[in-house]
Amino acid sequence: MKDLGFILLSWSVSLGSLALLALATLRRAKSLAARVPDDQKPWL
Amino acid sequence: MSESMPARGASTLNLRGTSTPATRIIGVLALAVMTWVVVSAFFFTAPDVVQGDSVRIMYAHVPAAWVAYLAFVTTAIASGFSLVRRHRTLGFDRVAGASAEVGVLFMGLALVTGSLWGRLTWGTFWQWDPRLTTTLFLFITYVGYLAVRRIDASPERRAKRSAVLALLAVLEIPLVHFSVVLWRSLHQEASVLNPDGDVRLDGLMLFTLFSGVVAFTLAFVWLVIHRQRLQTLVDLQGTVGLDSALAARATEAVLR
Repeated sequence: MKDLGFILLSWSVSLGSLALLALATLRRAKSLAARVPDDQKPWL
Repeated sequence: MSESMPARGASTLNLRGTSTPATRIIGVLALAVMTWVVVSAFFFTAPDVVQGDSVRIMYAHVPAAWVAYLAFVTTAIASGFSLVRRHRTLGFDRVAGASAEVGVLFMGLALVTGSLWGRLTWGTFWQWDPRLTTTLFLFITYVGYLAVRRIDASPERRAKRSAVLALLAVLEIPLVHFSVVLWRSLHQEASVLNPDGDVRLDGLMLFTLFSGVVAFTLAFVWLVIHRQRLQTLVDLQGTVGLDSALAARATEAVLR
């Protein structure tokens, strides 16, 4: 496949940044959730 | 239920964060569709007659741009509701903020992937072309919107201030979308949503592109739900912290 480096770079930047944001969100949520009582969380 | 297990709704703490069964289903669906898109983009679809293999970048670039538009429109709609509704104003504001954060990421991805594609097809990473310039301007506007949200203020003031900005910023989207028609542009015209209604894509290429839109949209929904809940936790933590400080102060006053 021609230009594979650029194509791979595009996809790794896209999927990598989405995965990083998802992981950072989950980690922060887990840490904050431990400090807020369950009955104040509307989604539970 | 054993005595050690608290009843639902009791004042307990847990480490589950912002996940619920619905978000898990959306997450799994997003991963499944994304996997199909990557496999199809790399192994099943043929190179384009004009663009060659660089068309494989389009299966990430186009969905990223479309979902960024969707995110900014969602921000505007939620901001509108936060201004006109008397109840749940902060809920709408959190959705608006979360959607803008995710939208900025998708717009950034559209710019980066577009730049890499441009290097292969046009021979340059960047041109001050109408589409590229208006897209960059849109991206910077929403980075500014996120900066405004971070200015120290009460959640109510933050909601009102950022809602007005979001309703102004969304007006840029038609300008970006139609820039290729309004001005002479290096950027190609729309292959799917063009004014002629003529779809200029092969069947599997079109299906892969739409699968990409579905995968990126599912990822967007998952991220927005989690990030607006995260903002709720941040706001609640401030309230819980304030309540504890007030209670400690009251106890201190009684002891004196």
